[in-house]
Amino acid sequence: MTTTLKSPAPVLETAPTQAGDAATRPLTVALAGNPNAGKTSLFNALTGLRQKVANYPGVTVERKDGHWQLAPDLPDAQLIDLPGLYSLDANSIDEQIARDVITGRLTSVPKPDCIIAVVDATNLERNLYLATQLLETGRPLVVALTMIDLAERHKLEIDAARLSDALGVPVVPVVAKLRQGLDALAAAVLRAAESAPPVAGWRLSAEAERELEALAALDAPVNGDGITPTVAATTDAATTDVATDASARRYGALVELYAEELPEEAGHQAAVASARARLAEGNPRWWQEPLLARYNWIEGVARRTVRDHKPGRTRRTDRIDRFVTHRFFGPLILFALMLLILQTIFSWAQLPMDVIDGGFGRLGELVRATLAPGLLTDLLVDGVIAGVGGVLVFLPQILLLFFFISLLEDSGYMARAAFLMDRLMRGVGLHGKAFMPLLSSFACAIPGIMATRTIENPKDRLATILIAPFMSCSARLPVYTLMIAAFFSRQEKLLGVLSVGVVIIMAMYLLGIVVAVAVAWVLKHTILKSPPPPLVLELPPYRMPNPVNVLQTIRSRSWMFVRRAGTVILAISILLWALVTFPRVNAATGDADGGAAAATANATGSAPDERATTAGRDETVQPAAGASNVAEAVDGDAGEQIRQSYAGRLGHLIEPAIAPLGFDWKMGIGLVASFAARETLVSTLSIVYNVGEDATEESNSLIEAVRNARRADGSPAWTPLVAVSMMVFFVLACQCMSTIAIVRRETNSWRWPLFMVSYMLLLAYVASFITYQGGRLLGFS
Amino acid sequence: MGSPDNNLTDMNVPGARAAEAGRRMGTTLNTLPHGTEARVVSVDGESAVARRLMEMGVVPGAPVCVIKAAPLGDPIEVRVRGYHLALRRTEAQTIRVVTGDEVKP
Repeated sequence: MTTTLKSPAPVLETAPTQAGDAATRPLTVALAGNPNAGKTSLFNALTGLRQKVANYPGVTVERKDGHWQLAPDLPDAQLIDLPGLYSLDANSIDEQIARDVITGRLTSVPKPDCIIAVVDATNLERNLYLATQLLETGRPLVVALTMIDLAERHKLEIDAARLSDALGVPVVPVVAKLRQGLDALAAAVLRAAESAPPVAGWRLSAEAERELEALAALDAPVNGDGITPTVAATTDAATTDVATDASARRYGALVELYAEELPEEAGHQAAVASARARLAEGNPRWWQEPLLARYNWIEGVARRTVRDHKPGRTRRTDRIDRFVTHRFFGPLILFALMLLILQTIFSWAQLPMDVIDGGFGRLGELVRATLAPGLLTDLLVDGVIAGVGGVLVFLPQILLLFFFISLLEDSGYMARAAFLMDRLMRGVGLHGKAFMPLLSSFACAIPGIMATRTIENPKDRLATILIAPFMSCSARLPVYTLMIAAFFSRQEKLLGVLSVGVVIIMAMYLLGIVVAVAVAWVLKHTILKSPPPPLVLELPPYRMPNPVNVLQTIRSRSWMFVRRAGTVILAISILLWALVTFPRVNAATGDADGGAAAATANATGSAPDERATTAGRDETVQPAAGASNVAEAVDGDAGEQIRQSYAGRLGHLIEPAIAPLGFDWKMGIGLVASFAARETLVSTLSIVYNVGEDATEESNSLIEAVRNARRADGSPAWTPLVAVSMMVFFVLACQCMSTIAIVRRETNSWRWPLFMVSYMLLLAYVASFITYQGGRLLGFS
Repeated sequence: MGSPDNNLTDMNVPGARAAEAGRRMGTTLNTLPHGTEARVVSVDGESAVARRLMEMGVVPGAPVCVIKAAPLGDPIEVRVRGYHLALRRTEAQTIRVVTGDEVKP
């Protein structure tokens, strides 16, 4: 049966080969359901931790796969978690991908042997809508009825057996949290994958059915190879079942006839257009017919299977919403929640951060004590350990932020936030749905930008993508935290509770939001002008967040971050270390071993010229450079080393440009490096400043190093004003390779990412300039 | 039946005019007073919007009820088929409804 790997099991052969067939090949099962229907909980319960998250090729629709042990003696099934959907009509990329997976059009995913429709028992009618469309595809289908415990509490009685009869497919009640019904679901899937596909139980008007038949006949096997466009990738099976093929053709015709656009295939365009014209003649709302037919049928099914339906009851959700979406308390609660989350992130994360910081410090000392002094040891300690440690130290904050975001999402609050914010968002030309991606961007712009695909209008989506990086992401937190710890931690608390640091961070978050709003308004009134898009948003019932889902989200998100810290940032750390270490200065320190001396000798050939030019540049840039020797004496040879290094030269090169912002050339090094990823500013500064310290001494924390850093004239390099100017720059500049990469992929061109980087850099420069120069005029230092 | 939120949110309703409009045959959802049970007559918007609304269960014949409006008066929260849906007033305007008194099923 090797040929059937990607095809449905031929119906006519199933009975005798059932056991053998299932045993020889792993099944592929797809999980489809409305958002908030309990799909993720079910997926987690079925696969445990054996899942992986990736993207479908070419698009950023998240692809979640897992292994599901259907039965002890069978190979694990591949379980595909489709994105949450309300319909298969391909209004969004999510729906398009889901439909392509189900019909087997995606070559990267095996055509599912069975679809599981996750149906929320407390919201049966709307959830069944997707199920009716899944039935139409003619693929083997099993319904997993979730939330039955909640339904019982709501005095809703659903007769699963009757529902199964009405739908013509197995219906298995499940409670994912308690692992109830999972075995029955597995058994139902095994049976369904091997039996005849279901048939949709409703028909359209006689006229519409005639048109469908005619369209389906266009691709009947007689007039070609029997391949309809929608099932092109699936008909590789030698034994194409006649009934399956006919139902696939009818489904293809249904999709083509009622799609928004005309089909791409030229041969079908004319036929579909004329069929539509004929139908429109008889009924101007002809295109509503399938929607009405499906709901009409659903209502009949619901009448037969649901008892004690009390639509007017006051739910717990209504009572909560009385406050949460109240015209006055609602926004207040939203703001308080944001403030609480930020304050918590900063206070709770402190202890684990200290532990990680101390751990990496001790590791560095240990390595330095164990290995012979030299370049390799320096690389390990100053490049690898300091660089990675400097990033991982922020893991606790990121964990906490994702913890809160997944709580808000899982509980149903996120949709309320969109409801509250939509009018404001529309004021600047955006969609309430943009609120969720933008809120996610406070954790990281990458998942945020990926989440914009729920916005159907491409111009709205683009506008949201272009402003998402203004939301202060977790990668800025290291920068803010460092600046605040160094300059604002000792100040009194405002009103006795709020630390100055939190207020400043709040201000940075607000700055990002305000600029985002302004930019969005400009974009939506100029290059991305379009009428306001519709908002059709479910406000799901509040639910206790499922701990497994929350943990799973935190796990996958923070793993993404750690992987990045472990690869990109490690590479950047090593590169930076090399940039500040080479070329070696010939008057180098006594600790240089043979290898270093050799490297130094190689480098000396060109060093004198470079030094001369560098010194010359110094004098032109800094009038006070005459006094610089004092400061250099303090820094000693290491200061000379970094001045001579490639990084130092780069820093000097851009110093004239950044001096009006209050930054010196060492910060310039940090700025250049942070264009790869913002958090590298911290590791860069630790490398830049640690090099200037006595390596054997108990290493000062970075905070002390920043406080003690001096300019060439001996004045402090950093002041509170410089710190604020730096933070402002980091709020507004697009310093993140990954963001640029993801925007390139989402917009499918280099135009938009380049546009984004340039305008954000310009804004950052101007704002930082105003901050620093304005601050000086006002008498701040 | 009345929404529990009447006392808190009814100030948002464009006043008596809306109530008057609600009593007439064939009003639209955006002018329906909060807490009034109604039934959808037709969904008249352009096809992409109407399609989305209908997929979400807002089809002719479906009972609907406006629960409340967001703090700035827009969007509105509507109960349909036992769940809650947020819509902008511009979308709600495309949905023609009749109130419970006029069409007892």
